[in-house]
Parts: sequence; C-alpha cells; structure tokens
Amino acid sequence: MEYVIISTGFALMLLGLWGILSQKNLIKIILGFTIFDTGINIVMVSIGYVRGKAAPILDVINPAEAADKIVDPVPQALVLTSIVIGLGVTSLMLVYAMNLHREKNSLDINNFKDLKW
Amino acid sequence: MIKKILIIGLLAVVGLIFFDLFNAYQGNETLSKTANYYAENGAKDVGAANLVTAIVVTYRGLDTLGEVTILFLAAAIISFALKFRKEDFIPNRPVRVTSELLDSASQVIVPIIFMVGIYIFINGHLTPGGGFQGGAVIASGVLLMIMSNPNFGVSHKVIATVESISGIAFVLIGVLGIILAGGFLDNTILPLGKLGDLFSAGVIPVIYTFVGLKVGAELSNIIGTISHAQNEKN
Amino acid sequence: MFIAIAIVLGVASLIGGYIAIHHEKLPVAIIASGLVSLFASVIFLLLAAPDVAMTEAAIGSGLTTLIFFYVLNKIRQRND
Repeated sequence: MEYVIISTGFALMLLGLWGILSQKNLIKIILGFTIFDTGINIVMVSIGYVRGKAAPILDVINPAEAADKIVDPVPQALVLTSIVIGLGVTSLMLVYAMNLHREKNSLDINNFKDLKW
Repeated sequence: MIKKILIIGLLAVVGLIFFDLFNAYQGNETLSKTANYYAENGAKDVGAANLVTAIVVTYRGLDTLGEVTILFLAAAIISFALKFRKEDFIPNRPVRVTSELLDSASQVIVPIIFMVGIYIFINGHLTPGGGFQGGAVIASGVLLMIMSNPNFGVSHKVIATVESISGIAFVLIGVLGIILAGGFLDNTILPLGKLGDLFSAGVIPVIYTFVGLKVGAELSNIIGTISHAQNEKN
Repeated sequence: MFIAIAIVLGVASLIGGYIAIHHEKLPVAIIASGLVSLFASVIFLLLAAPDVAMTEAAIGSGLTTLIFFYVLNKIRQRND
C-alpha cells in the first residue's frame, strides 16, 4: 500500500510543478503550488509509515511495548506544521495576485514585464 | 516553442530524480533510532498519550514557536498589503440577501463550532487534534459568521488582544521551564499526573490552549482582512 | 483491501489535480484542488496519521478553498 501512496505523492508533485511552469494565469499558478504542497506532505508522511502498525496514540497500547506497535511520529509532527504554514503562504500569494491585478487589470503573467530584461 | 521543450526537459529531469528516490524507498519494518527513543521514553518523560503532541509541544517546541511567528508575520503582511484609504470604503455594500436557512442556522451552529474547537485543543494531549486543528475549527466558525452576514467586520481589537496575550503567555511558560525545570519549554513544571487523564502531561494542555487561541485569532484575522477588502471601491 | 482503496484514492486525486490545472473555468479548478486535499486527508488516515488528516481536512480543503473564492470574487468585481 505504501508504494502506491508514495508514487501518488511523487506524481502529484510533478503535476504541480508542470502547472507552475506551463500556466499563464496567476491563480492557476498558485493552484499548482497548493497541489505541489499536498504531494510533498503525502511523501513525507508515507516515509514514516511502518507496515501494519497503529497510530502513535497510547490509549489502548501499553507504553512499555509502544516501540513495537506504532508508526513513526516525527514526520507527522513536521507535516502538521507544514500544512498550517502552507495556508499562510498561499493566502499571502493570493493577496499579492490581487494587488497585481489592481495595478495592471490583468492576471496574465505575460503582461507583467516591468522587471524583464 | 523553445519554452515548451525546456519545460518538458526540466520535468523529465525532476521525474528521473523522483524515480530514483522511489526505487531507493523500501517500506520500513522497524522504527528509526529517534522515533524509537520517543516511543520508549515519551510516555515516561512527558506523560502525553498522543505522541505527536508530545513532539510538537515539548521535544520540538521551539519549532512550534517559530511556526506561530511565521503565521503571525503572514497575517501582518496581508493586513499591510490590503490597506486602503477610508474614502474608498463602502460601508454597506449591496450584497445578495442571505437565505433564511443560512441566517438562522448560523446563529445556532456558530457557538457549537466554537465549543468543538475548544474541546479539540483542550484534549490535544489525549486524542488526535490539538492547537492547530482547534484554531482552524474556530476560524471556520468566524467564516460562517461572515458568510451569513457579509458586512460583519471582525473586531481588530479583540483579535489583537487575544493574539498578543497568548503569544506572551507561550513564551513566558517556556522561560518558566528554564527557571523551574530542565530547560526552555520543559513541561514538568506542573506534575505529570496519570497517563490518559485530562489533567496530566504537565503544562502541555495549557500551552496547546494558548497555541490554539493564537492560531485561531491569526486565521480569523486573515479571513476577516480578505473579506473586508471586498468592500473597497474598484 | 487497503491497497484497493489506496489505488482508487490515488487515481482520483491525480484526476482532480489534472482538472485543477487544466480546466478553463477558475471555479471548477478551485473546487478540484479542494477535492485533491480531501482525498489526501483520507490517504493520511490510511497511513495511520489521524492528526495530519484532521489538519488537512480543516485547513487544506476548507479554509484554503474559501480564501481562493474570496479573492476570485474581488477580481471579478474589478473586471466588471
């Protein structure tokens, strides 16, 4: 199962990268970033998965033998923070897209040539 | 044309790297060394039944402090970037009339949503959930309030007060850990209690409550600012 | 059993991602990206990570989608 899931994560990352590079609309580019984010999170959590083990919560598991019964909790803690930061960064990008649209009245990335050389 | 070829070439290279990583991956059978330490000593040292919470709040507590700071910075920059002049503001923007169903349902449901959010972050050390999830649930309650009344403004004074008090309390509890216990954000300044009780795991429930309030205030601030910008004249 | 669920969820999230990037209408694309997050949260549940699944369902597919719609609404107001 974990092989299927980790390949899904890598495929989502590639799909998001393709969207970031090939799309012209700013909102579509930001959507590509969120899909890339989801792919990275799936890959990170599946690296910590241990076959056939339970979630790292010691309510019915005896703490003395926890090491043989739970999956790795460290990547889960990392991904927890990564998702929350992802929301902050996505909304920041969206606000900048809104401000760019106010200046140029367009969302097409080909119309922003101020720093082109 | 040349751009398309470049994009396909880049994607092929990145795909090759990913394929290599995928080939090197073989499912785990045992825990890694760090995770093994946390699994064996987590319940004894920290006293939290949910090991993810133990790592987020105690073992890697400094990371959480940094993350809350990043979220605060994002909210502050959003407020700054969406600033507009007073005369551009339309106080009562014409909006579509909210349906009766949404209007009366929101009055009943919003207090329940807030209560669920608070429940999630108070029980963060026992069950799945915690400050971040509870904060997001509270922010979605605020979002429902805004949706049922689009001209509802989120009070900046309340949000700023909640946010600064919980931020200062988080850091103060961390510093108390240096004075009374082993180090920054050490949770043993209160007794650890029995594993699985509500009042256990030292100060973890207190810290997670403050984290939840802070995250909820920050996310509500982001949502409130973006919905407030809808009232700007074009 | 779990492997069948994992394959179905993986294929569904890839289709959702393709629609999110390639559909012409922005609202459809935004909804599709919210759907990818929702499938991802079920995938996290399969990987025995209930904390991450809760966060992804509340933040990734709830709040992010609605912030996208608020921004889209503002941009449409300016275009008229």
